[in-house]
Amino acid sequence: MSTPFYVSPQQAMADRAEYARKGIARGRSVVVLQYTDGIVFVAENPSRALHKVSEIYDRIAFAAVGKYNEFENLRIGGVRYADLRGYTYDRDDVTARGLANVYAQTLGTIFSSVGEKPYEVELIVAEVGAAPEDDQIYRLPHDGSIVDEHGAVAVGGNSDQIGSYLDQRHRDGMTLAEALALAVESLSRDTNGSDRQLTAEQLEVAVLDRTRPQARKFKRILGRQLTRLLEAESAATTTTDDPSDEE
Amino acid sequence: MEANSRSTGRLPAAFLTPGSSSFLDFLGVHSPELLPGNRTLPPLKGAVELPHGTTIVSATFDGGVILAGDRRATMGNVIAQRDMEKVFPADEYSAVGIAGTAGLAVEMVKLFQLELEHYEKIEGATLSLEGKANRLSTMIRGNLSMALQGLAVVPVFAGYDTDRGRGRIFSYDVTGGRSEETGFAATGSGSVYARGALKKLYRKDLTEREMTTAVIQALYDAADEDSATGGPDIARRVFPLITVMTEEGYRRLPDADVAALAREVIDARLERPDGPQAQVL
Repeated sequence: MSTPFYVSPQQAMADRAEYARKGIARGRSVVVLQYTDGIVFVAENPSRALHKVSEIYDRIAFAAVGKYNEFENLRIGGVRYADLRGYTYDRDDVTARGLANVYAQTLGTIFSSVGEKPYEVELIVAEVGAAPEDDQIYRLPHDGSIVDEHGAVAVGGNSDQIGSYLDQRHRDGMTLAEALALAVESLSRDTNGSDRQLTAEQLEVAVLDRTRPQARKFKRILGRQLTRLLEAESAATTTTDDPSDEE
Repeated sequence: MEANSRSTGRLPAAFLTPGSSSFLDFLGVHSPELLPGNRTLPPLKGAVELPHGTTIVSATFDGGVILAGDRRATMGNVIAQRDMEKVFPADEYSAVGIAGTAGLAVEMVKLFQLELEHYEKIEGATLSLEGKANRLSTMIRGNLSMALQGLAVVPVFAGYDTDRGRGRIFSYDVTGGRSEETGFAATGSGSVYARGALKKLYRKDLTEREMTTAVIQALYDAADEDSATGGPDIARRVFPLITVMTEEGYRRLPDADVAALAREVIDARLERPDGPQAQVL
């Protein structure tokens, strides 16, 4: 009988992390930014059917990068968790913090269990509050940790570079059009520094809008509305007029 | 759920099993005790006095549909509540009005709303109006054993069909039997009188405002004949709850608007207590 090779726990974990990170890095990034009326999610995603950004509950949304089947599974689990919790207690008792914890446990348990393949996903769970100070954004890397984020955050392939680009330029109190323009700008920067042009068809955009009268604050921004928002901002920056008010 | 997720720390397997887009199916697998249909009742002797919701009226007009209800809940001969709300939005384009055992009915509506929302979130698309009506059928059928013991829930479901571009009404019986109504429908103890009144007032060409008035007339007549149905209560400013579904979606008429229409109806009734008269021929 042959003796199995000894692999140190550090090495085993590093290998698993490496494996997950590589899987995640293959996909395009998603960025999430706070703006004055809420939180905007922007993904580079030419598909109209396979969403990277989705609604979880009244004030909570979900964004993910990595393997589609894995994060879709987690998304459905999250919707079930939120709906069951809201049904058992009350709609107000469903929070992004609670959901982020459950996700962290799920990702973490699988990451450290040797028999299972770690998830190749990175998630963002965001909740819009009554005021910008109450907004919550949690980033959940593949290993089950939770990072509490503020302002702007990027996940996915080129997230370090995009993240630092966003951090330098994001400020509080941006309008939706400004935040969207910044998001698109950051996504269209390639790893080698050159710029690509992203059109409305290549973008998946959604907002958690605290000013929406309905209880469900999540809304996708599609088609004409998206084109209009993108154009409004590019017009405002070229003519340097007073900032045009969107919507 | 709590115990499960705490013991292993992660989402239980049922949460991550792909397949069903139905919240009811999920509850059935994961927490069957939360499904109302899974409760067993001890055999009851005689009638149980529980709050009952009474009259719901619905009518279509050109461009939409109205669903309205009176505000009274009764418990035997006692008025249990004067300002009960028995009409609820089901989703953006539909509403459900309920008559029957109030507690069970409210729970059923809550589950029904959640069922539609859950499907929408998981699938990224809404159910067809027929699909929604069928889901409600299934839920009523799940309540059959309780209905046979006297705890019935009988809703009316109304919504704007965005595919066909018109308002539609579905009425139900306690076994979940579903029938689409053309024009108007009513359920609850005062429904016989309300339907009779509406039958004489209903015309396809009425506007939304005229149809709202007709619906208030019907509820007034129901309250006039049926002690379990509440009429407009001027002293307490409690007026029927009226919802309208059109192309723009669901909306509840503001209390002030309903109050103004109800006052017109009452003023006319001071002249003619039995309400507007139809032609003999």
